[in-house]
Amino acid sequence: MADYRTALARVRGLGPARAGTDHFWMQRLTAMSNLFLLVFLIFTVIRLAGEPYEVMRAYFASPFVTVLGIAFAISAPTHMRIGMQVIIEDYIHTEGTKLVLMMLNTFFAAAVALTCIVSLIKLSLGA
Amino acid sequence: MAKAEARPARPLSPHLSIFRPYINMVMSIVHRITGSINYGGSALLALWLALSASGREGYDLAQALAASPLGLFVLFGFSWSLIHHACGGIRHFIWDTGAGLTKPSFRFLSWMTIVSSLVITSLVWVIGLIKWGAL
Repeated sequence: MADYRTALARVRGLGPARAGTDHFWMQRLTAMSNLFLLVFLIFTVIRLAGEPYEVMRAYFASPFVTVLGIAFAISAPTHMRIGMQVIIEDYIHTEGTKLVLMMLNTFFAAAVALTCIVSLIKLSLGA
Repeated sequence: MAKAEARPARPLSPHLSIFRPYINMVMSIVHRITGSINYGGSALLALWLALSASGREGYDLAQALAASPLGLFVLFGFSWSLIHHACGGIRHFIWDTGAGLTKPSFRFLSWMTIVSSLVITSLVWVIGLIKWGAL
């Protein structure tokens, strides 16, 4: 079938790698969510400052807190991973080292996300 | 691809050490540095949550660590880093819309980033310390 779109329309937003704006967009999307979730994090830390165990358990028993917490545990590591990838790409020019660091970067972000999510679920379900 | 050492020694364009630091470039590198601090700090946050989820002793240990002099220092630095990175992010959102790209707005937004991050961090700590009972 003939493609009637102009050459510009076909490549617009794709970049040379055909998916070039994925990270650009994801970084801005998670920046926006992190902005709001940071307010929630600051509120949480102040709310729990000096409080005993029972108060912490009661706080994290709220489904509202669990949802916001898990949202942050996904949003922030996604943002972190892309940001650190840019830093690695900027400063590391040895192909092997870069590859290893890229892997470690993903593992680190995943480890932070999973640790937070499992902890939040555990606190939420009251184990 | 040609190896870097195979290149002839050519004069370099003026680099970091040549230019007098100005606010835009300082805020640019600080944005990257605070991002990296937040990256490391996220592991501490995960540790705090994991300890809290492990039970009473874990939570008491996590809270005692956070309330120690070193813990408070780290917490203060981490909170400023997060808030500064957030303020810098708002600046980038403004630039993403195409606004604020003139030289005076550049400078103004960069100064606003550092000033607002310090003001907001101070406010957060005053509220936090009052809540904690230390003020």
